[in-house]
Amino acid sequence: MSLLSHIGKFSILIAKTFSKPEKMKIFWRQLMFEIDSLGIGSLGIISIISFFMGAVITIQTSSNIDSAFIPAYTVGFTVRQSMILEFAPTIIALILAGKVGSNIASEIGTMRVSEQIDALEIMGINSASYLILPKITAAMIINPFLVIISMFIGMAGGYIIAWGTGIVTTAEYIYGLEYDFKVFGVYYAIVKTVFFAFIITAIPSYYGYYTKGGSLAVGAASTKAVVTSSIVILLVNYVLTQLLLI
Amino acid sequence: MIKIENISKAFNGEQILSGINVTYDQGKTNLIIGASGSGKSVLTKCTVGLIKPDTGKVFYDDREFTSLDNKSRQEIRTEIGMLFQGNALFDSLTIEENVMFPLQMHTDMKSDEILERVNFCLERVQLTGVNHKYPAEISGGMQKRVALARAISMKPKYLFCDEPNSGLDPQTSIVIDQLISEITKEYGMTTIIVTHDMNSVMEIGEKVIFIHKGQKWWEGNSDSILTTTNQELSDFVFASSVMKRLVNKSNLSI
Ligand SMILES: Nc1ncnc2c1ncn2[C@@H]1O[C@H](COP(=O)(O)OP(=O)(O)OP(=O)(O)O)[C@@H](O)[C@H]1O
Ligand SMILES: [Mg+2]
Repeated sequence: MSLLSHIGKFSILIAKTFSKPEKMKIFWRQLMFEIDSLGIGSLGIISIISFFMGAVITIQTSSNIDSAFIPAYTVGFTVRQSMILEFAPTIIALILAGKVGSNIASEIGTMRVSEQIDALEIMGINSASYLILPKITAAMIINPFLVIISMFIGMAGGYIIAWGTGIVTTAEYIYGLEYDFKVFGVYYAIVKTVFFAFIITAIPSYYGYYTKGGSLAVGAASTKAVVTSSIVILLVNYVLTQLLLI
Repeated sequence: MIKIENISKAFNGEQILSGINVTYDQGKTNLIIGASGSGKSVLTKCTVGLIKPDTGKVFYDDREFTSLDNKSRQEIRTEIGMLFQGNALFDSLTIEENVMFPLQMHTDMKSDEILERVNFCLERVQLTGVNHKYPAEISGGMQKRVALARAISMKPKYLFCDEPNSGLDPQTSIVIDQLISEITKEYGMTTIIVTHDMNSVMEIGEKVIFIHKGQKWWEGNSDSILTTTNQELSDFVFASSVMKRLVNKSNLSI
């Protein structure tokens, strides 16, 4: 299928998705469920990855500073800048594209091939809105929090390494973290995160919703969903970086 | 009453249905029979709009369904109950939640009223004590009955059952047939049943439609089936030796 017809079909699905939920009470219940499963359920992996990212940046930066002209607080500064600007929003989005994306595509895909989506339609329910809207909304609400948590854990990871190995003193590390801090960087990260949250829920939903066939097709849909959303994240990241920072 | 006019459908160049005209009567059990792969499920899905037919129209009591917009379709669909051939139970919900689901989505009933209705429906399909199990934890025949309970929970005006008693033992099968037949009368429903089961045909076949080669090959009722002179239909019906014996016993000749 051509890119253009994918985009057309995707747009139609999203239009169908963003309609008023049949029953607000049920929508809230689903939203809370999705926030828990997509958001809280990802805290573990996000913490581990962020911790090690912070730790590795600390080691990398300090071991690459040979010159006496580069101050030691550069380490903390670099950890903060990379965590806030790119690692937390983008890398976490890519990780979630794998975790959440395959989960969503296979869940919705299975519902498609086992006629559960048809059953919803027969009951007079807008299946796209019922299944997809809570997921997209939940991710757009919870992911900014996840990313902020990731930033903190990353910086804490660096701190613990600094303290444990002594490659940079903790005082200098903290000084670096605070040095020339601009809150705009955090806004920028959150804006990106909201876009990425949409991508990692909407694209897998699309692949799941239009699955045709059996369990093999569900697997294929899940793979395509992860690959496509990862590529789209990188493209959108490039565009947003250019728009917001230049 | 549901009227189907000139429904045709082809998949990848292969004609599955060609120009089918049928009227399903209200208050009756209308049966669709035909060989496996003859297009019975496709016809049913075209009727409820899950598959878009290439040609033709469907009328629900004079409301032309095929040309309606989504909103009005959804309205008619709240009057439809459907039992899918593969059950299509929501596997993330318990049995109770499955049967509740349409009531929660479309009615303002209080939760204890809903629960009462759910238990009533589950009792009618002879399923008790499984309320809190998940579909994967009960047998295929039980799943079928849950799917039927869900289909009738809203007291639909139109009920579609795609093979309601495949996978059921003969006794339960009869109970389900009787139930469908009873509620059809009780609610004045228009009921459409796709089946292979000749026992059902004889028991509840008030109107029987035989699909063959993508066409409505024959139409009649359970009595006239036994005396049919239609070769394809009698080949289909009397493939079962039980049926042959039944005919011999009643001294009818084929
Ligand atoms: N979505 C589809 N895409 C392509 N072909 C299809 C599709 N659905 C059904 N068919 C084809 O249409 C034909 C009729 O299928 P259908 O499921 O209606 O048979 P059936 O009469 O219900 O059979 P059974 O009694 O085994 O359930 C089959 O040959 C099937 O391969
Ligand atoms: Mg079938």
